[in-house]
Order: sequence, then structure tokens, then C-alpha cells
Amino acid sequence: MANTTDVTGRHYPDSGQNTDPPYLHPDYKSTIKKSPQRPLVALEHSVTELSGPAFEAGEAGENDLTVQGDAMPLGERIDIQGRILDEEGNAYAGALVEMWQANASGKYRHINDGREAPLDENFIGAGRCVTDAEGWYSFRSIRPGPYPVPGGWWRPAHLHFSVTGPSVVTRLITQMYFPGDPLLEDDPIFHSIADDAAREALIGKFDLTLGEPSVSLGYRFDMVLRGQAAG
Amino acid sequence: MSLARTASQTIGPFYNFALLGGADNDLTRRSKGGPQAAGEVVEIKGRVIDGDGAACACALVEVWQADAEGRYGADRDPNFAGFGRTLTDNDGYYTFTTVLPGPVPGKGNSWQAPHMSMSLHSGGLLKQVNTRLYFPNDDANADDPVLSGIEDDGQRSTLVARAAGEGRYEFDVILQGEGETVFFQL
Repeated sequence: MANTTDVTGRHYPDSGQNTDPPYLHPDYKSTIKKSPQRPLVALEHSVTELSGPAFEAGEAGENDLTVQGDAMPLGERIDIQGRILDEEGNAYAGALVEMWQANASGKYRHINDGREAPLDENFIGAGRCVTDAEGWYSFRSIRPGPYPVPGGWWRPAHLHFSVTGPSVVTRLITQMYFPGDPLLEDDPIFHSIADDAAREALIGKFDLTLGEPSVSLGYRFDMVLRGQAAG
Repeated sequence: MSLARTASQTIGPFYNFALLGGADNDLTRRSKGGPQAAGEVVEIKGRVIDGDGAACACALVEVWQADAEGRYGADRDPNFAGFGRTLTDNDGYYTFTTVLPGPVPGKGNSWQAPHMSMSLHSGGLLKQVNTRLYFPNDDANADDPVLSGIEDDGQRSTLVARAAGEGRYEFDVILQGEGETVFFQL
């Protein structure tokens, strides 16, 4: 899957930003036994950390999750667009962006999702694309449903995003939420992020102009990875 | 301009239909049936374990390494993938097939011993953990700047795979508690 190495001419100093959640967030119980307890060891970046995989543009349609079945999936059609940027606003071109999600009923096409909710035979719920020269990605999909966590709370509607490239230092897995969702208030995963602005930044911005008239509703979701231009 | 970095969130439990292709854990070829990369083919097998000593199933394990000659860049072996990813099974095991990496440059005139960069994501992990895998019985380990920067023998040994027969290595990742793997702040 990986193509040629991309040494981007960027470097990845620690800018002091600390938007990420901690490993241990007891309200999200699964972190209790999976969080490392010893302090992380600082690693000076070498060529291992400054290089990484690059990706070729995918096949057309891989970013349209509404055309993967014989017919259109159930649900409210949405378009999500955004840019992958570094901390100075420079584009990350050639980054692999993968998106996956539950269907409109809040059910994943996954053997371990045992919840009683219907699958949609026309919806797989996974897509991918590679950012263009300006760092843009886009997906068309349907709005996912919220779902209850067994024995726990309700997860707000969300899209999972994975961004790979250009380096292990810039690797990001995150989630996009939807504006105005009342379930955000009590979601321990959303609230694992302490910083208010960093948390709110995971809520996609509703933008009617990004949708197709009379077809889909649009959301803008930019993702900022670590890194600065070299120099 | 300084933009706020996007915060990490957990990969969750239900992603393998999205992130895994057919042979992403075989770095020795760029495509199925394609020509094989140069170098000694090795198998890396390991287990991901949580703070209770329980198997960590459905963890995403990703690796990045130099080719057999220690190259990462455009001059790299064109048949070598460099990057791989796989998923742990219900017993917490993952496997990669790759070639033994060559030594790669470190700071100044130093050299780093052959190693793989390894990152993990899982439900219950709100952000990735980053570690490195080194190979046992390699004289270059003694001078490696990362390994030699870790004073505690026990902690350093968590970064070195075990020999498990001809061309086979084992490397467990212990997320928490006794024998906890050394994780890096990148």
C-alpha cells in the first residue's frame, strides 16, 4: 500500500501544544488497564522519524461511501471536506485519509458489534482518499447514528478519521462530531480532551455550500498535524 | 501563523473493515505476487498485553523501517514496502513478514542499530503509543543512541526482540505494569 518515501522538508519540533487527551482518562474505563504508567522517554528525531510512507491517489469513488452497494444506503446524505495542514497552515499533500463509521442506525459492519440494530446491505461504512496538492480531502457518506455503549453511555454521532503520512510523528487518528448533538455533553471520549477549544475543534462546521443542492448537507473538517516548514 | 493541533481520539473497536487490506503485514513485496525485496526475510511475531496481563485484541500495529541496506529515501529498494500495518487477533497476537533492516544514520557521525519504528492504536488508547523494535545479538545495539540512552537494563530490554529460531523473532508490547514496554515521546 505504501509508495515512495516522502521526506517533506518539514521538521517536527515540540511546539508545546498539548491538545491530545492523556492516556489515562478513568471516565473512559477502557483506558484504566491500557494506559502506560511510566513517563514517556524523549526520542530525538532521526531519519526514522523524519521519513515515512507516501501514498498514490486512490481509485475514483473510494471516497464515496454511498455507492458501495447496489442501491443508495439509508440515511441523510452528507459531504465532508477539509484540508490537512501543518501548524503553520501549510498543506500536507499525499496524506492517506481513511474514514469509517456506523450506519444510519448506529450499527457497524463488524462481527463484534452485537447491538440489536439493522445493518444496511447497501452501506459498508469505509472510504479512503489521498490529499491533493493543497491538502484537500473529501468524502460523501450518510450521517451516522448514535449508539449506546454496552453498560454505559451513548456515543454521539461521529466519523472516525485516520491520517497517515508523512511521518510517524504526524500520525493522527481522531473523530469528527456533529454540531448541536446533545450527546456530546456526556461523552467521556469527547471529554477526554481537556482543552475547550481543542475539543470544539473536533465538531465539523455545518456549511450548506459544501453540499450538493437538493442532495446532501455539507460539513467542513480541517485537521492540523504536527510540523513546521524546515528552515 | 500557528494553528492548534487536532486532538487525538481512540480508534475504537470497530475499524478493521476500513483500515486493513490483504497483505499489509508483508513488507517484503509492494504488491501481492510482486518481486521480493532484497535482504534476509524475517518474521516478527508478538503479543499486545494490557495491565492485567490480558490479551489486547483488535489493536492496530504499524511499523516503518529502512530496507536491508538501511535506506528510507527515494533510493530505497523499490520492492520493499517499508510501511506495514496489521491487527492483533483474539489472543493479542500480531505478525509481520519483513526483511532485516540495515543500520541507519543517527545524529552527527553516529549510526543507529537496525530497528523498526512501531506504533499502536486500540480501543482504550486515546492516542497512539510509539516504541521501537531492535534485534537481539547485534553488536551495534551497544552503541545505538536510543538504546544506550535508557539506563535501566530491564526497561532497555523491552525494546529488543527475542530470537525464536531461524529468521524468527518475538516482540511483545506490554502496555502497562510489570515489564511495561518503553514508549517514546516523539
